[in-house]
Amino acid sequence: MPRSLIALLAAVAAAFAVSHFSDRLDPYYLDVMTGVGINIILAVSLNLVNGYTGQFSLGHAGFMSVGAYLSAAITLMLGPRLLGDGGGSAVQQGLLFLGALLVGGLGAAVAGLAVGIPSLRLKGDYLALVTLGFGEIIRVVFQNVEALGGALGLNGIPNYTTVFWVYSFGALAVFTVVCLVHSTYGRGFLATRDDEIASEAVGLNTTRYKIVAFVVGAFFAGVAGGLYGHFKLTITPTGFDLTKSIEIVVMVILGGMGNTPGVILAAILLTILPEVLRSVEQYRMILYALLLILLMLLRPNGLFNFNYAAIASRLRRGPGRARD
Amino acid sequence: MFRPLRPLPAAVLVAVALTARPLLSQEAIRIGEYASLTGKEAAFGQSSHKGTLLAVEEINAAGGVLGRRIELITDDNQSKQGESATIAKKLIARDKVAAILGEVASMRSLEAAPICQAYRIPMVSPSSTNPKVTEIGNYVFRVCFTDRFQGQALAKFAKDTLKIRRVAVLTSVSSAYSVGLAKYFDERFAADGGLVAIEQRYTEGDKDFNAQLTAIKAAGVEGIFVPGYYTEAALICKQARELGIGIPLFGGDGWEAPELMEIGGEAVEGTYYTTHYSPQIDVPVVRQFVAKFRARFDGETPDAMAALGFDSVEVLVDAIRRADSTEGPAIRDALAATKDFAGVTGTTTIDRDRNASKAAFVLMVKDGHFRFVQSIAP
Amino acid sequence: MTEFLQQLLNGLSLGAIYALIALGYTMVYGVLRFINFAHSDVFMVGAFIGYFAGRHLPQGSALSGLIALACAMAGCAVLGIAIERLVYRPLRSGPTLNVLITAIGMSLFLEYAGQLAFGATPRAFPPIFPARVIAVHGLIVSTSQVIVIAVALVLMVALEFTVHRTRIGTAMRAVALNPKAAQLVGINIDVVISFTFGLGSALAAAGGVLYALNYPSIDPLMGVVPGLKAFVAAVLGGVGNIPGAALGALILGMVETFVDGSRWSTYKDAIAFATLIGILLFRPAGLLGRFTAEKV
Repeated sequence: MPRSLIALLAAVAAAFAVSHFSDRLDPYYLDVMTGVGINIILAVSLNLVNGYTGQFSLGHAGFMSVGAYLSAAITLMLGPRLLGDGGGSAVQQGLLFLGALLVGGLGAAVAGLAVGIPSLRLKGDYLALVTLGFGEIIRVVFQNVEALGGALGLNGIPNYTTVFWVYSFGALAVFTVVCLVHSTYGRGFLATRDDEIASEAVGLNTTRYKIVAFVVGAFFAGVAGGLYGHFKLTITPTGFDLTKSIEIVVMVILGGMGNTPGVILAAILLTILPEVLRSVEQYRMILYALLLILLMLLRPNGLFNFNYAAIASRLRRGPGRARD
Repeated sequence: MFRPLRPLPAAVLVAVALTARPLLSQEAIRIGEYASLTGKEAAFGQSSHKGTLLAVEEINAAGGVLGRRIELITDDNQSKQGESATIAKKLIARDKVAAILGEVASMRSLEAAPICQAYRIPMVSPSSTNPKVTEIGNYVFRVCFTDRFQGQALAKFAKDTLKIRRVAVLTSVSSAYSVGLAKYFDERFAADGGLVAIEQRYTEGDKDFNAQLTAIKAAGVEGIFVPGYYTEAALICKQARELGIGIPLFGGDGWEAPELMEIGGEAVEGTYYTTHYSPQIDVPVVRQFVAKFRARFDGETPDAMAALGFDSVEVLVDAIRRADSTEGPAIRDALAATKDFAGVTGTTTIDRDRNASKAAFVLMVKDGHFRFVQSIAP
Repeated sequence: MTEFLQQLLNGLSLGAIYALIALGYTMVYGVLRFINFAHSDVFMVGAFIGYFAGRHLPQGSALSGLIALACAMAGCAVLGIAIERLVYRPLRSGPTLNVLITAIGMSLFLEYAGQLAFGATPRAFPPIFPARVIAVHGLIVSTSQVIVIAVALVLMVALEFTVHRTRIGTAMRAVALNPKAAQLVGINIDVVISFTFGLGSALAAAGGVLYALNYPSIDPLMGVVPGLKAFVAAVLGGVGNIPGAALGALILGMVETFVDGSRWSTYKDAIAFATLIGILLFRPAGLLGRFTAEKV
């Protein structure tokens, strides 16, 4: 069995174990852990689009909202009918939730396709603006659709999200992105990012890579949205606005575009930091803004963009030996 | 080199350290509050918080509750979605609060309510008016009226006092409060024989309402109902007057802020809105409250949010006294039994649905001030 | 018919404001090939400078209005130049993505610092220019609308003059055409770029003051939506093309006003973005722009 698959299964098992004992844990810590997991999925999926494929997308929160609304609609409306009055057994609820998440993810993937295709010809600034525009369009549409709650959004969403689900999908997201990019096929993403014209010249279908990146990224964002909805139990259209997209973008940039371990670290840091700094909460967005500016000026490769290969080989060789 | 600590003194130190904390925390009764102190709705959150703070300070100065002082733990949700849920968990799990106060906006109350319900910690909202909030569960209360009542009261006022039979309704689709209030108004107004001749919509943050108002002007109505917030209401009144629309404009409790007159100027003179209290009502409890508030906060006159914030603490503390306990279920039962509690915002009785059955006050803008017009009983 | 004319006037006035903002976007894009995300917040700062200036001036006189306008324009010109110097210039030689991200960061910084400094609650903008409402054949004309249109026209004419009849204007056009060649003929790129930023920011500030005049409620986040719409207008007209930006803004102002009065009024933001996407898909050069082939 390939190492990565073993790692994935191990992560899922660990998540299950933690979830099992979750009622012994402080609910606040559990809350933060769940938040971290959801942000990891969001950051890693955006990293595929922004970091590995070089498509600067500012509309990721839009995909998240599609997933959140779709999955919540399923559990709220189909749930009672499928599970009956008793609420169903844990297994039944789990299956319903899984189904809802997958449908949410698929819906978001379709949205990703809808956004990706028109954006193919655009680069840099224009692409950023168009993705921003799509995110806003999605928000306005949800705000106006009464069936999905309109401005009030959906509430009373069943509390299905657990550490198990979040970290299993988190592991799956990391697994997918890493395997995708480090495969022979996956070189195409990096090539598209580095020099699109040269890639086309050597016969790579950059269009396909860009679309795949958008669709896969959107799928996981949708799943994250579904997990978020069943975690916060209330979702409104305004919660998935440009500010949310930017928060995810900051994680990717802080971690280093195209650097999965860095992005994961950044997601963890940027979820825990606001909790720790609750007393200075009003400065949070200003600090984010300054962080972006300073990062670009001083360390555009991200804070956590270490040369992992070099570190790994140093560790293997052990300290004390000459570096040559 | 090291000399290890002598075991006995070390053990004593450790024991004292471990037991000292619990001793101290038995002193104060902790009450949590989550509010929008910064961000888009900072005005409402800050006002409500001031009222809450004043009440807590006053109660502590008078000796506290059950012989213990109240410790108010306030957290800011920055008017953002998603924060209130985390704050509620933090207040319950880490700060071990006995009850939670919050919030002004129904959207954010709906986030924290399921958590308070699940952990059986009573939640008292000072001014969330959407009916759904208390429907979450039997641990969720509010000390204000609901939009259902407010919409009906406004319909009654429009028909009986303003003598309007054809009305235009201008709703904000991005605000659950606005949509809800409009719905209840429409239902009652039509049921009483009136006609909602035209409905127009806008989004929060909009600045230009000329298009909607031009359409309303062409519809020949006798009044315009604007169930939104003062930020847009002020501009709507201004642009309506500029377009030559002279008919009355009126709205709900979202209109109440001094900025209404700052931004609206002349245009808001003669407009009406409903709210939960008026600083001009000449009863001792209101007079004293206004005086205390002004003394504490630099001469600022308390608005409805502040008054409700104040009353939410008073009602909660009264329940704690009656329950003679700080356990969640006991406080809950006492809250549900609240009857005829005399507060700043009138007499509060908590009904079966855990809403407060209270009168609405109609105020009018006259000479740059809010003036009391009439009260509408439930 | 009256309703139609009324909406037309409203649309003209709105379009004039978008034009002032769009001009700044288009000039900076023309010279630097990058979208200055912080431009919409310079608009907001202009409105606030006008607010603070206006409070110390007698209300309702044209002179006070012009003084406030001048203060705002000068202040924001300085702000724009400072931002360029401190934050964008060091990154000019790097990948454009980095500058874009920095611009986003700058925009957020201005917005949230504004919230911290001024509070998030809207403030009432003082009526500095004389404000009267005149009825002309059933049409309601407010003097603020007339002032907005007049000032915008004057500024646009001044801009055209600057760009086509002055040396610095010619230098701007040269840098827009080919920066390297411009340097070769001895043009100081740094000066030209600073000037462009200053000019664009001054226009945005004017837009801010005029916007606040028409809709006297200002808050630190007021620039976000008008800024995005103005950008759509610039793209509609052809980015880098000055008359194009004005035309695009006019069209967008009209469309938005008519949409506002229809059933779809709450979708108007979505419609503006859909317009942007549509243009970029079908006619990326915009209405008046020229499509330049990309040489590899």
